Amino acid sequence: MKTMFQRVWEQHEVAPETADTPAVLYIDRHLIHEVTSPQAFTVLRERGLTLRRPERTIATIDHSSPTRTEQIFGGVPFSIEAAAQQVTQLQKNCAQFGIELLDLKSDQRGVVHIISPELGLTLPGSTLVCGDSHTSTHGAFGALAFGIGTTEVGHVFATQCLLQRRPRTFAITVDGKLSAGVTAKDLILAIIGKIGIGGGTGHVFEYRGPVIRSLGMDERMTVCNMSIEAGARAGMIAPDDTTYAYLANCPRAPKGEAWDRALSFWRTLPSDAGAAFDREISIDGSSLEPMITYGTNPSMVIAVSGSVPTRRDDAVFDKALAYMGLHAGEPIGNQPVNVVFIGSCTNGRLSDLRAAAEVLRGHKIAAGVRALIVPGSQQVKRDAEREGLDRIFIEAGAEWRESGCSMCIAMNGDSVAPGEYAISTSNRNFEGRQGPGARTLLASPLTAAASAVRGRVTDPREFMNG
Amino acid sequence: MEPIRQIVSRTVVLPYTNIDTDQIIPARFLRTTTREDLGKQLFSDWRYEANGALKPRFPLNMPEAAGCAVLVGGRNFGCGSSREHAPWALLDYGFRAVISSEIADIFRTNSLKNGLLPIVVDEVTHQWLLANPGAQVTVDLESSTLRLPSGTSVNFPIERFARHCLLNGVDELGFLLSQQPQIVLFEQKVS
Repeated sequence: MKTMFQRVWEQHEVAPETADTPAVLYIDRHLIHEVTSPQAFTVLRERGLTLRRPERTIATIDHSSPTRTEQIFGGVPFSIEAAAQQVTQLQKNCAQFGIELLDLKSDQRGVVHIISPELGLTLPGSTLVCGDSHTSTHGAFGALAFGIGTTEVGHVFATQCLLQRRPRTFAITVDGKLSAGVTAKDLILAIIGKIGIGGGTGHVFEYRGPVIRSLGMDERMTVCNMSIEAGARAGMIAPDDTTYAYLANCPRAPKGEAWDRALSFWRTLPSDAGAAFDREISIDGSSLEPMITYGTNPSMVIAVSGSVPTRRDDAVFDKALAYMGLHAGEPIGNQPVNVVFIGSCTNGRLSDLRAAAEVLRGHKIAAGVRALIVPGSQQVKRDAEREGLDRIFIEAGAEWRESGCSMCIAMNGDSVAPGEYAISTSNRNFEGRQGPGARTLLASPLTAAASAVRGRVTDPREFMNG
Repeated sequence: MEPIRQIVSRTVVLPYTNIDTDQIIPARFLRTTTREDLGKQLFSDWRYEANGALKPRFPLNMPEAAGCAVLVGGRNFGCGSSREHAPWALLDYGFRAVISSEIADIFRTNSLKNGLLPIVVDEVTHQWLLANPGAQVTVDLESSTLRLPSGTSVNFPIERFARHCLLNGVDELGFLLSQQPQIVLFEQKVS
């Protein structure tokens, strides 16, 4: 009896691990971007190496690229010279080494973890890596997907393989049913709060149970995306009819006979009923509420209706609250916010924008609040505009941008000023993540949109049922 | 990569849990296309005031921290982003080893690939190290031991392959390239 992880791992072992050497694991799909790849290309040049299988790598530009339309399409230069140079370097590297690049003006460009599933490049049962910790996103399709460093990017370039020790398995079962106003983001924040920021170290999660089955692919990606925030190597969800229906519409997914063959293979992937996991926990999905972080890592999380906890004799906890300017015992509701960011590889997909629009429709963003809505890809942008979501956002007073990582990582000039509070649908509330001194409150698109309207932390359920 | 056999050094202690790689090197310094000279940006937002002046009370800025090659951090060191710039910055600054009771997976892997030794010790040893900044320690990679000033030696886990690479100053790419015949066979089998 095997877990899905075991199956995918064993199917990709070029050489199994021994006491002396790690396993040699074959990588089906490699995603790269401008920030974590340049030094890997340098190694190839220094050693006179080429890409073993260039068609298995695809590149895009997302982290340091601007989100202003005139800077992507209008010839206005990047605000940050180093970012422009990094992009130019990726363009040169891809041209020299024969890698397909979804370049700045490509209508398929976007955040690397959003475009690969959209194109149908993320497939069940495959191995997928990227020099980016949120590669765990792709596990939503039943892929074994994990973030790697730049040295390993070079290893995949040269050999299409990685040296890996086999991680342990960790089943997370979510029972019950999510209430109205409670989203996949709230679920994963609650899971991280329960397990802790290092609780998944050395493990691959498998999310299962009725709540997970009920989620659409966008939501499953939100859950798997933040597996790394609990320290896990990867997070996986078994493929099912929801997965296959999504993939059937993707341009580069298998077609015709290849689809039929793939589908019969994908159906063999899920964990056997009695397969053993190294660790297991259960969560009651029915009891969850909209969640928000109050501290400086994603496990410091409470219900939007709750209060900042109190901890005695914990200097690290006190340091986090001092950074955040929040006080133990005080309700988080009504905390004023200065900036609202809706986007990122966590919550920058169409269903996220629809959720935000549902709240913002007919409302105005509070005076003095700056709201930035950044679609995860150009495809998401087009789809959103086709539905008129952009008009809802603009009429509400938000800024509607071109796709990219933007304010999630604040590398491209989109940032939060020192001391300001940002309610953000992204994945990390680390000190300075959204700019030096920025104070980040992580939440769902619903909560972010509701808070944008009120100008303070707001339970989105206040906007529901009329 | 320089071979590592022994590291003899005093420690610098950052007594915080969950030190993430955004603290080790903030994202705005990742707009580089090389791996050189990142040491000056190490812990940038903790080391410097907004005007660029050094924060005198930050442990790395204290006079006794000068020349230390061993950093002791709280539990779950190196969590978060996969940026390899984090070990590059630590190495460029002069660190050769990081000690904690738990080290995040990707940071650990990245460190081993660059000759920065990630050392995981038991809770008791960790607490002692956190409470005794500046302790003189000896890391012996061959025997995988950390010797404390009391003379006590504690073992730390390290995979044989990684240890072999570090002791000999060889990187893993050479080994992977030597696997080409098996990779060809694998590709034939699955295609």
